[in-house]
Amino acid sequence: MREPILEINNLSVSFFTRHGEIPAVMDFSMTVHAGEAMGLVGESGCGKSTVALAIMRYLGGNGRITEGSIRFRGREMTEMTGAELRELRGSQISMIYQEPMASLNPAMRVGLQLMEVPLSHEYISIEEAKQRSLEMLEAVRLPDPERIFQSYPHQISGGQQQRIVIAMALLSQPTLLLLDEPTTALDVTVEAGIVELVRDLGREFGTSMLFVSHNLGLILETCDRITVMYSGEAVESGQIKNVFRKMLHPYTQGLLRSIPLPGTDKTAQPLIPIPGQLPLPHERPQGCNFGPRCNHFQSGKCNVKKIPMISVNDSEHFSRCLRVSEIDWNAVPESSVQAEKMEMGNTILAVHNLSKHYDVSANALFASSKSGTVKANENISFEAKKGEIVAIVGESGCGKSTLAKILLGLEEASQGNAEFEGVDLAYSPVERRSVKTVAHLQIVFQNPFDTLNPSHTIGNQIMRALEKFGVGQSPDNRREQMLELLDLVKLPREFERRIPRQLSGGQKQRVGIARAFAGKPSLVVADEPVSALDVSVQAAITELLTDIQLKEKTTLLFISHDLSMVRYLADRVIVMYLGRIVEQGSADEIFSPPYHPYTEALLSAVPIADPDIVKEHIILEGDIPSALNPPSGCPFHTRCHRKIEGLCDYEIPPLKHLSSGHDISCHLADEDLNSMAPVFRSGKKAAA
Amino acid sequence: MSHFILQRTFIMVLTMLVLSFVVFYLGNLEPNLRKLALEQNNNRMSQADVDSWLEKNGYRRSFIVRYGEWTAGVLSGDFGYSTRFRMPVNEALPKRLGYTGILAFWVLMTMVPSALLIGILSGMREGSALDRFLSLFSVTTTATPEYVSGILFTVIFASLLGWFKGVANVKDITFENFTLPVMTMSIYGMGYIARMTRASMSEVMTSQYIRTAHLKGLPFKTVVLKHALRNALIAPFTVILLQFPWLLTGVVIVEKLFNYKGFGWTLVEAAENNDVDMLLACSLVSVLVVIGTQLISDVGYAYLNPRIRVES
Repeated sequence: MREPILEINNLSVSFFTRHGEIPAVMDFSMTVHAGEAMGLVGESGCGKSTVALAIMRYLGGNGRITEGSIRFRGREMTEMTGAELRELRGSQISMIYQEPMASLNPAMRVGLQLMEVPLSHEYISIEEAKQRSLEMLEAVRLPDPERIFQSYPHQISGGQQQRIVIAMALLSQPTLLLLDEPTTALDVTVEAGIVELVRDLGREFGTSMLFVSHNLGLILETCDRITVMYSGEAVESGQIKNVFRKMLHPYTQGLLRSIPLPGTDKTAQPLIPIPGQLPLPHERPQGCNFGPRCNHFQSGKCNVKKIPMISVNDSEHFSRCLRVSEIDWNAVPESSVQAEKMEMGNTILAVHNLSKHYDVSANALFASSKSGTVKANENISFEAKKGEIVAIVGESGCGKSTLAKILLGLEEASQGNAEFEGVDLAYSPVERRSVKTVAHLQIVFQNPFDTLNPSHTIGNQIMRALEKFGVGQSPDNRREQMLELLDLVKLPREFERRIPRQLSGGQKQRVGIARAFAGKPSLVVADEPVSALDVSVQAAITELLTDIQLKEKTTLLFISHDLSMVRYLADRVIVMYLGRIVEQGSADEIFSPPYHPYTEALLSAVPIADPDIVKEHIILEGDIPSALNPPSGCPFHTRCHRKIEGLCDYEIPPLKHLSSGHDISCHLADEDLNSMAPVFRSGKKAAA
Repeated sequence: MSHFILQRTFIMVLTMLVLSFVVFYLGNLEPNLRKLALEQNNNRMSQADVDSWLEKNGYRRSFIVRYGEWTAGVLSGDFGYSTRFRMPVNEALPKRLGYTGILAFWVLMTMVPSALLIGILSGMREGSALDRFLSLFSVTTTATPEYVSGILFTVIFASLLGWFKGVANVKDITFENFTLPVMTMSIYGMGYIARMTRASMSEVMTSQYIRTAHLKGLPFKTVVLKHALRNALIAPFTVILLQFPWLLTGVVIVEKLFNYKGFGWTLVEAAENNDVDMLLACSLVSVLVVIGTQLISDVGYAYLNPRIRVES
């Protein structure tokens, strides 16, 4: 066996607050070997970031390691002095953070921040430090290192900022690299580039990695081994392939079953949400922490005493489940009601050549002559039928939110029209719309935490919506309807009297859904309705949304960047890039060839939590161009892997009608489009 | 940028116009005019004499005409005649402003550095014993108004200990007679700036880029000096500049208390004696100081914070 780089044994970390000791991590053990990548997976609040920070011994003023040991190359870290720790930090162990913008000092040039690392750990000259930093900027594949070196963090894009953070972490060639959700704040195509970079650099420098993430697919693609955490404990660990092929803890299994895989949709393989929610740290149950949410829970066994990690047949696979040998892990789960395919009705929303341009000056305070037009939406045309789920997909800055704002009347269009129930939505701000139009066109917001008034009860807020929508004749009647809405979103009727802070994120989003459906809407815009929620809760909210949509025959405009979720839910998909629709069609058409090259890249960038799927490997160059200064010709040509030189960079591609309803805006010839290989293939045969 | 400055200048002129109109109106109310006449001549003047004096000196003409005359005078640089000091305002006021300038300079020189130091030291390690001690100190000083602390200091340091003098003479500025007024004013403003600096500093210390700096392995001193300080000073910078208008109110009390004949003392004298032209000039100066410092603070903020600085 190789010498372990990092050895954590029975680590417990607690935070000491006014309310007493709050254990964040309990009895946690893990080993990382040289050159190995270890994945640490769990939902928010499970303690995975605390483990990473405990390794750095950086737990703030009130966090303390209460038990156990952390050994780094044989040296006990829990007993190190401040000076010894400083020597390790940044040179032997370094860290990459979740939000690159917040992790860089906004008032300091990037170059200085980089040079600090070698200057403080090695005795080298300033010139040498600068040279090393520039080389490292090159190594993380940043264009024009000299310019970046002189920039302030806010002057470069999010993807570039994360590359800076990576460069900073690797400057002293650390032995161990801690990555705390390094790509969560980034777009998928940018994420794919960063992940590849980290993997390549790790291999090149022989760095061991601890990859902390909530994204199972990402861990599967990057790591050799995995540790799954739940509520402060490791619940399962082992070789990545073993764990994904044969999960031996109900939580891991539940987590995987609650995320959609590309290639599945709601009629074929419905998601199975994990019931309940993560227990608060001071309300953890006796025995197994996962007990109250587990289908295999056995009273008298699971809720008696602390459960240790149990080694399973192959020595390196551990599970914290007492019934690990009793449960039939291969049993196909009882699936909830199979969603039925809905019959589509007439067209209820027809958007035609819609454009939205903003005039901007570079800076309001120092108004300079530099100003321009941002084309947030350009010639958008699509239709939505009654009862249809239309998904709008794209990365940040693609104009999907602007489109939603125009439809909702928060912005006015510059050109074109949008017909809905005999009203042109394009030029009618919400305050000039009739009560009927407002009630019939509602939105479910992305962030349920900020969209409920914190000082009003849930019941009052829903009743207020009913009143505004002109539903119900008397307060009593409205109260009755409000209670029915609570039933509809599966919240107990007692919640009527609760205020938002007493609710969890998922429950708040249910209230948001109830409010949106109060006026019996015919069209609901759902703007990333689950992206702010935990993975295990997402499935339940998605299920609820589609249930109601099915029951009420509502049309759903589902705005998302999560392609797996889109594949799972949508009937029709619209792919947007820099304000334009590049491809639209039925979900089946979008997710199988021929693709628009952007769709192809987008699909290949999605991390998939299934070891049996092989996917095409396409990494896009660079970042999404600024909407203020879009490229000439096809907006995608600067990053396209199928670019036709001399054509794509001059002419805007025509819209090709491939079949009824499937449109692609691309210069590629028909035979090229038709000869594309599917991005996802089942690798089962190859593996067997 | 120039648009922004123009806009601010317009607001300033408008404020000056409105304020001077109000002061002019109040100063020319009948009882105030009578008081002026009595003060200018002698207290046992008869009603008829008062009337004829007012008539003779033009106070009986139309209010609007006289306001117009005053405005025209100001535009040509003539701020009128001070009845209290019996000389033109143009001669009396600049000298007094100069004296206050000297006082304000020393107040700022002591107040700002010590406030920043206190704020940074206590914000550096939030909740530490040092933080608690310094926070208690700054809360106490901010909660004590100048007329209380000024009297206390005079009693303790001048009357009992005899270290300093309780009167400050503009002609003779020494450490001995200048310490108490400066101390009274700066200690009050200091607490406020220190609280702001502390809040800003402790927020910066919990930010993610400070964590990054720590985890780069930099020593604590470097983290504070190189990474935290500049970011932490952005918020207090605005507060410090907004202290200038406050200095104006502070000097009124302190100058009266220590009989220091500067701008504040002049203002009080002019108000007591219904010296309308002097009062008007004082209010114009106040508006200029308030709006001017606001403008400087906005522009300076943009320069400290590269995120809102203009791209070149």
